[in-house]
Amino acid sequence: MTVVADVLPIDDALAQYDPVMGLEVHVELNTKSKMFCGCPTEFGAEPNTQTCPVCLGLPGALPVVNAVGVESAIKIGLALNCEIAEWCRFARKNYFYPDMPKNFQTSQYDEPIAFNGWTDVVVDGETYRIEIERAHMEEDTGKSLHVGGATGRIHGASHSLVDYNRAGIPLIEIVTKTIEVPGEKAAAVARALVSQLRDLLLSIGVSDVRMDQGSLRCDANVSLKPKGSTTLGTRTETKNVNSFRSVERAITYEITRQAAILSSGGKILQETRHWHEDTGITTSGREKSDADDYRYFPEPDLVPIAPSREWVESLRATLPEAPSLRRARLQTEWGFTDLEMRDVINGGAVEYIVRTVELGVDAAAAKKWWLGELARAANESGKDLGDLGVGPAEVAEVQKLVDEGALNDKLARQVFDGLVKGEGTPAEIMAARGLALVSDDSALIEAIDRAIAANPDVVEKVNSGKPAAAGALIGAVMKDMRGQADAAKVRELLNTKLGI
Amino acid sequence: MPSITREEVAHLARLARIELSDDELDHLAPQLDQIIGLVAQVSDVAAEDIPPTSHALPLSNVMRKDENVPCLTPEQALSGAPAAEDQRFRVPRILSEEA
Amino acid sequence: MSDLTRKTAAELSELMASGETSSVEITQAHLDRITATDTAVHAFLHVDTDGALAQAADVDKRRAAGEKLGPLAGVPLALKDVLTQDGVPTTAGSRILEGWKPPYDSTVVKRLKAAGIVILGKTNMDEFAMGSSTENSAYGPTHNPWDLARIPGGSGGGSSAAISAYQAPLAIGTDTGGSIRQPAAFTGTVGVKPTYGGTSRYGLIALASSLDTPGPCARTTLDAALLHEVIAGHDPMDSTSIDQPVPPVVEAARRGDVNGLRIGVVKELGGEGYQPGVEARFHEAVELLTKLGAEVVEVSCPHFQYALPAYYLILPSEASSNLAKFDAMRFGLRVGDDGENDAEQVMRLTREAGFGAEVKRRIMLGTHALSSGYYDAYYGQAQKVRTLIARDFTRAYEQVDVLVSPATPTTAFAIGDRVNDPIAMYKNDLCTIPSNLAGNAAASFPVGLADEDGLPVGFHVMAPVMRDDLLYQVGAALESALADQWGGVLMSKAPELEVTR
Ligand SMILES: [Mg+2]
Ligand SMILES: [Zn+2]
Repeated sequence: MTVVADVLPIDDALAQYDPVMGLEVHVELNTKSKMFCGCPTEFGAEPNTQTCPVCLGLPGALPVVNAVGVESAIKIGLALNCEIAEWCRFARKNYFYPDMPKNFQTSQYDEPIAFNGWTDVVVDGETYRIEIERAHMEEDTGKSLHVGGATGRIHGASHSLVDYNRAGIPLIEIVTKTIEVPGEKAAAVARALVSQLRDLLLSIGVSDVRMDQGSLRCDANVSLKPKGSTTLGTRTETKNVNSFRSVERAITYEITRQAAILSSGGKILQETRHWHEDTGITTSGREKSDADDYRYFPEPDLVPIAPSREWVESLRATLPEAPSLRRARLQTEWGFTDLEMRDVINGGAVEYIVRTVELGVDAAAAKKWWLGELARAANESGKDLGDLGVGPAEVAEVQKLVDEGALNDKLARQVFDGLVKGEGTPAEIMAARGLALVSDDSALIEAIDRAIAANPDVVEKVNSGKPAAAGALIGAVMKDMRGQADAAKVRELLNTKLGI
Repeated sequence: MPSITREEVAHLARLARIELSDDELDHLAPQLDQIIGLVAQVSDVAAEDIPPTSHALPLSNVMRKDENVPCLTPEQALSGAPAAEDQRFRVPRILSEEA
Repeated sequence: MSDLTRKTAAELSELMASGETSSVEITQAHLDRITATDTAVHAFLHVDTDGALAQAADVDKRRAAGEKLGPLAGVPLALKDVLTQDGVPTTAGSRILEGWKPPYDSTVVKRLKAAGIVILGKTNMDEFAMGSSTENSAYGPTHNPWDLARIPGGSGGGSSAAISAYQAPLAIGTDTGGSIRQPAAFTGTVGVKPTYGGTSRYGLIALASSLDTPGPCARTTLDAALLHEVIAGHDPMDSTSIDQPVPPVVEAARRGDVNGLRIGVVKELGGEGYQPGVEARFHEAVELLTKLGAEVVEVSCPHFQYALPAYYLILPSEASSNLAKFDAMRFGLRVGDDGENDAEQVMRLTREAGFGAEVKRRIMLGTHALSSGYYDAYYGQAQKVRTLIARDFTRAYEQVDVLVSPATPTTAFAIGDRVNDPIAMYKNDLCTIPSNLAGNAAASFPVGLADEDGLPVGFHVMAPVMRDDLLYQVGAALESALADQWGGVLMSKAPELEVTR
């Protein structure tokens, strides 16, 4: 069933209803081996080359817990200000699905390793405290390729092909408590939260957080209650919202969809919904039913995990500073104004600037590229900053070329355009697009001579004691060189020529 | 007295992914009812303050190092597959998205 | 050369060491015996003739080259079909795994191979080890060599029948509620359930993960101990494996001394429902132990009466989840894949066709016990009973070194007798189940024949966790005292099987 519901304009929706949200974020850890076996976790390997009896769920195989998986879970819990369980267990979540080898997911149920935490996110200069219900350990499923239908969709497929390379990769599921913020901020807060989680996970080094590879996946619960009411409405769970932008868009969409139904007297179905990045809507997945009886029970093949307090404290000691303190420190170090810092945070660029600055780039320059050229490219292509294929290393390389005088800002923008389009390295793009600055003095001097010859009136002005007029000559030279000259160099040569 | 209806048995069969015939349903309901009558005795003992035992022995913190070990070859992995295609397990069409 | 199939593993080992015979000869003799007798017994689901002879030849070659070999190198063994062996059909007695060849060795098999033990083939069992008679095998029942009209016990009826039919001197069983000990009792052989976690479950097709324990089956206590030593010990592939040295089982079996040992007779395991001939042999054995210097007292374990109901909640619950992987997607049987049926329908049709009645019954029961609204009353409550049973044991072991009882309330019953009465069938395991719930070590040793039917009776010994050596101490003492009385082990009284050529 993919009937598109009517939507109410967001302003009308928020005038009548307050949204209540909850997020479940699944993070794939960057461990070398899977959660319960020694298979590698490499992304993009040939199908079914990273499996063993354990992660294929073959009869007789048994799981053994990856210590680094547990360690990462504790670190994430600590970074989210959670309590760390003194004793906890794995549980089996029983349901049948072809890409889940054992037809149960080894997960945690009523005894998560981390619980009762919080994290503060900042949107438009306002701080919102998000309560964290729990963070627990579990495993990923395999991946199905749906064959015979349109565009690989499950609907209409004749059969599916399953690759179990991903099955068993460690996941941490982070679950928020209900989030209630002013309606007009709700979607932005959710986006900021996911963005902040990404930054946090990167900074503690437990995940590569490649959203384009699905290593951070988000499910968003949304319900509406009439303004002023305290009774929670029926919620929907929108699955696999896999970019920051999508988080914001999907939540906004659900608010407008549910508002349309409620305001026309309808009822919200408690169901799973699916987000469609291309059309920007959610569609009905599956109604919650008595088939959702997961029959959890303690995993008998694994023994309890009882992290010692010494271990927990030693992990706490490895954690970087808290996000709010860190943001304040970075702002001071970078010399950004409050407004500049706000733009950086809202743009989700903090970590990229940090890593770019680490590579020797001036903070202002780093901000310029990440919030200017790259943010614009991301926006145009509907991607997140991290998914552009341009990282801090590339930004630092381009800036170095600018600093060396091989590029100016205008040409650098074109290099970034080439990088985003996957045209190769900066050097290759410069060569292919013919972007290098002309550093050959003789060519510049010839152009200066042409400019002087063509603009006797300007030369006259300069000679009559108005050196500022030389700017017009510089402009002419730059135009002659089609922008591929270093303006400072041109000025220097021109001044020599004109004797000023 | 515990009792389990034919409808409940049919529901359990759906949860357990077993296509039971009417005949089997007729047989199973009274048998399960009888067995449940036997096992329900457990509620006669064990008061609130008794902790449950899920593992016979009190082991904890059994973990392995985060190290790679050799995998099966794809041929081995797929050797028992009822059907395979393009080095993947071929399965019948899947109707509903993952839970 | 006298009949090699009549020798114990320890004797065969000596014959090979002295060069009187070879592993190939021994293996061939047992393969011939299987050919001659298995039409009647049906202990084996798969005989790996070529593999076994190749393994035997390899051991002989290594011995000839002067390699130092383990005590059981070259001795043949029958493997319960619930343990994976790389490239060898493994069915767990189920239609749903017909033709499946696992791509890996279970840890038990790895250790058998490393010890040079020759694996003759895979033995019959109740489907997924669910049963006490081997009648639930999808491949037909196994017959008790003592009386072919009777069941050999279960679920490991194939393994016990194979050794009592002299098809192999050694076998591997797995014990979840008595599946090694009850067949041992019914076939007049020795069956040991080691401490849970003392032997690795890796590669054991799980029935109930928190109860399953692989262990040795043999005709003598010493043979069982020698095999125990080979398969036991810590396995990093099994999270529930105990990281401690293997108890000194071989030494205990050689010593066989019970002088000063405190033995507790469990009051609750006897009386009503117990066959007179079983009780008679049991009490004689207790008396014999007293004569050998043991101090015998009566001990009460009041919660043992709830072991059966707790077991029939915990086992089906875990099994319902463990057996979910048999879904026609990655391995095994697939039914109804006609291009129209979706994956869910194919799963349902396959599981309907591939599972037998008892398996379905237990999956349904477990699904019910775990489902929301019932969990606390059933599974949760059963786990509390498990605590109470463990406490009964702890209290008892404060007074005595080992506990004893009959291994089974009755001797082997007739094929077909109890198939339609699940509860009567379940009651077979009254004496054996408590040790599975508490995880401690237990064994059955043959102590004679019941007067009323002339069938073997098993004597059940239970020892604390990781005191498996005590079992062998008691078993060996009984065995040598009884052999003195009978002029040989009980098995020598077994009727000759008719041999088909
Ligand atoms: Mg989850
Ligand atoms: Zn694996």
